[in-house]
Amino acid sequence: MAIAAEKLENLTLDTYEGLVDPDWCPGCGDFGVLKSLKMALIELGIRPHEVLVVSGIGCSSNLPGFIHAYGVHSLHGRALPVATGAKLANHNLHVVVTGGDGDGYGIGMCHFIHAMRRNLNLTYIVMNNQIYGLTTGQASPTTMKEMRTLTTPRGNVELPINPMALGISAGATYVARGFSGDPAQLTRLFAGGIAHRGFALIDVFSPCVTFNKVNTYPWFKERVYKLEDEAGYDPADVTAAIERSHEWGERIPVGLFYKDEQPIYEDSEPAFRNGPLVDQPLGMDRALFDELMAELV
Amino acid sequence: MSTASIGQREVTVGIAGAAGDGLDKTGDTLAHTASRLGLHVYAYNSYQSLIRGGHTWLRLRISEEKVTNHGDHLNVLIALNEDSLERHAPEVESGGVILYNSDKLKCDPFLMRDGVRVLELPFKKLTKDLGKLLPVMQNTVSLGALMHVIGLEFDVMAGMLADTFAHKGPQIIEQNVGVARVGYDYARQNIEPMGYKWNFTRTRLPVLTGNEAMAMGAVAGGCKFYAAYPMSPASSILHWMMAHGERCGVAVKQAEDEICVANMTIGAGHAGVRAMCATSGGGFALMTEAIGMAGIIEAPAVFINVQRGGPSTGLPTKTEQGDLNQAFGASQGDYPRVIVAPATVTDCYYMTAEAFNLAEKFQLPVIMISDLMLGQHVETVEADALTPDVPIERGELIRDASAASVNGDFKRYTFTPSGVSPRVLPGTEGVAYVAATDDHDETGVLISDEHTNAALRRKSQEKRMRKLEGVLAQLPPPRLEGPADADVTLIGWGSTWGVIHEAVGQLNEAGVRANHLHFRYLFPFHSRESLEILHACRRTVVVEVNSTGQFARHLRAETGFSVNDLVLRYDGEPFEPGDVAGRVKAILEGRPYNGQVTQAEAREMAYHYIRVYLKEDARPVRFEQVSENGYREPVWQVQIAGREKGEPLGELFIGLETGSIHEWKTDVVGA
Repeated sequence: MAIAAEKLENLTLDTYEGLVDPDWCPGCGDFGVLKSLKMALIELGIRPHEVLVVSGIGCSSNLPGFIHAYGVHSLHGRALPVATGAKLANHNLHVVVTGGDGDGYGIGMCHFIHAMRRNLNLTYIVMNNQIYGLTTGQASPTTMKEMRTLTTPRGNVELPINPMALGISAGATYVARGFSGDPAQLTRLFAGGIAHRGFALIDVFSPCVTFNKVNTYPWFKERVYKLEDEAGYDPADVTAAIERSHEWGERIPVGLFYKDEQPIYEDSEPAFRNGPLVDQPLGMDRALFDELMAELV
Repeated sequence: MSTASIGQREVTVGIAGAAGDGLDKTGDTLAHTASRLGLHVYAYNSYQSLIRGGHTWLRLRISEEKVTNHGDHLNVLIALNEDSLERHAPEVESGGVILYNSDKLKCDPFLMRDGVRVLELPFKKLTKDLGKLLPVMQNTVSLGALMHVIGLEFDVMAGMLADTFAHKGPQIIEQNVGVARVGYDYARQNIEPMGYKWNFTRTRLPVLTGNEAMAMGAVAGGCKFYAAYPMSPASSILHWMMAHGERCGVAVKQAEDEICVANMTIGAGHAGVRAMCATSGGGFALMTEAIGMAGIIEAPAVFINVQRGGPSTGLPTKTEQGDLNQAFGASQGDYPRVIVAPATVTDCYYMTAEAFNLAEKFQLPVIMISDLMLGQHVETVEADALTPDVPIERGELIRDASAASVNGDFKRYTFTPSGVSPRVLPGTEGVAYVAATDDHDETGVLISDEHTNAALRRKSQEKRMRKLEGVLAQLPPPRLEGPADADVTLIGWGSTWGVIHEAVGQLNEAGVRANHLHFRYLFPFHSRESLEILHACRRTVVVEVNSTGQFARHLRAETGFSVNDLVLRYDGEPFEPGDVAGRVKAILEGRPYNGQVTQAEAREMAYHYIRVYLKEDARPVRFEQVSENGYREPVWQVQIAGREKGEPLGELFIGLETGSIHEWKTDVVGA
């Protein structure tokens, strides 16, 4: 993959303007994510046709429709498998996967874990609003304990998923958290994730202004602090990263938790020897056929 | 068919033992020895889902002519344990031979038909000078002896052993050939051969399974991506792909589950490579939502279901054609897809290659239905049956997108007369679009939420479904095989072609004029052509391997035509030609299948009872149908006796209708 060293001329927010405007509620955190994603692509000089945005189902998964780029708006929970297939078919594409906490950490959890341990060169952006928004406010896998929702009328009794801790332990090599209320940091985290060679997870606090009256912009603003401002914090230190990933309450860290350089899945795939699969000639030549037939006699 | 009509032109060898006894390798060596001599082979392994133990039963039919199924006969038995002798010795036909290691086993004459001979192989004595041997090498002794018994050339088998063990070095080769030779020499001194006078053409015939043929056909057809989750009986496609992916340029991915497999495959297909996955019924159930996605985002992808006995975990190692309804019902809503069912190993090769053309030209999912029998049986094909030269047609693929862009927007889903919208692959410069699982307009904008639009939805749905007209025009209609003015027409689909073909031959030989109508293309369906054929048939019988006649129902749905009769089998075993011919004859003679437990089945049930509830050293010795009893149905009264001494142990009462084991009585006379 080639990321232009300097910004390409003429890349502006308009370049990535989708056919239709987002249908999110006014004030939705996902607006910030969409804008920061476009900013990150501009910063990296990635043109619309070079990127494939793959999503699942949910409010946030509507994102591919709102950005001018190639996109697949796939099934609920299945964005990562679809993205994996597309990436393996054409590993020159920048594949960015977008979705929500229900999509990725609920129905898609199995794929989430396995995609991370594969360490493909994918970027996964999760717009985490700690609630099911599209289906009108049921508890999600990241809904806080004791929170009342449509489906937890006596308060949530289950522990929320911890995406950062999971990501670090499952083998993601770029694990970060951002906040829609801080688009500048979010853009940096996205750009870092896309540029990162390996699986990048960026969980984003993306408040649902309609159905989550607890985890609001002010709630986060009071609590979040930036890891990059912490003296001596080193994202290469896995122990420190795990420790920070468990911090929740009065102070909640955002920023790059963990980064590691590991061989990516694509490096190990022998079929990529001659470049992306999509560019390879189809069919079987006589020599290969004869070789295969020789095994049968 | 009588044994006489087989003449000396074919032999069926059975090898029976426990899983872990090395039957596979033994069968492989025998199959390749025959195929290197230019003989045809068809082998079916009736195995169980056990790594060791259980009962495994491999039957190889060897013939000068092409054989299309494992046949009705058993001429030679190689028994590797006592259970195998018990079960299969009685099946060996007159003139046949039973071989076994006489250090461990002894064949009771009680078990043998008249005119059957035994060849006892004293393994320890024969191999005492050959060093320390693995227990599985008793099979090699038997194979050596078999060469003499059925008149195959020892040297060709020795050559096959040398190739098999080439990676282990000359010492191991020498040992194996030596072990085989003592068996061969011993047989020459101790038994007259069966008298086969083969005409060896020595054209080396390829030997392969349906699964291997599908994998190879996929590569020939340009497959670049294969994903799977291990599931019997589809796993050997994955194994082949893993072993050959690097050489064949196929990226092969084992995924966490079949949901991932299907979605990865669609992602790869969408991004522009020919992508395929395979599973069995349970995995296919997990894939179905994704298959509908391929339908609505119009992504080409090939899905293979190698069926096994269902429902649920069902019969993991047994065959069935029970997933037809599932294939038709896969995914919610209406969407265009193609469903095909290869009928032979050669079909497995070419129809898989063809599946990619259909998938790409019409931008839709193609479902291929195979089954354990077709996927895992070993068969020779003619030397020139397979070729790498298969057509590759990618359909309307736009490389230069600038021409396709209208005011900067690309209409990925243009409502065309054919329903096929020219496709641009992600990464192509100048345009971009979103492929969405919500219904969408021509440019891909959702018409489900904010922009809901009934008129666009109608036209979008019609555009997709219109593709099926184009597909149908490309699929060959079914055609009648055999005499046109037959009294009975046997109708089948998929893997049963070979067995029905031979059953039809048997019926005609027996004076019943029969012909055969076989379906490979199940959806879209040639209703008009099928109906024309069916209307001209005097009597129609659908033959299929499931318990409800799923294809007969489909045929009725597509044509309004109800067949006269069904011949169904759903006990996990494949049909045999005599089985089919016999059932058809019975129907014609006014004796429809009554579903009662047969004596052979009562015997199987008795063995089950003995193995599970009694001791292994017992056997059923006498079967009698008794009507007057306290069980509210006629029963099989089965006498069970000790294996060694034949002392009566008791009687088992098995319901003739229900199959219930009503009672095990030990207080009977003599017990």
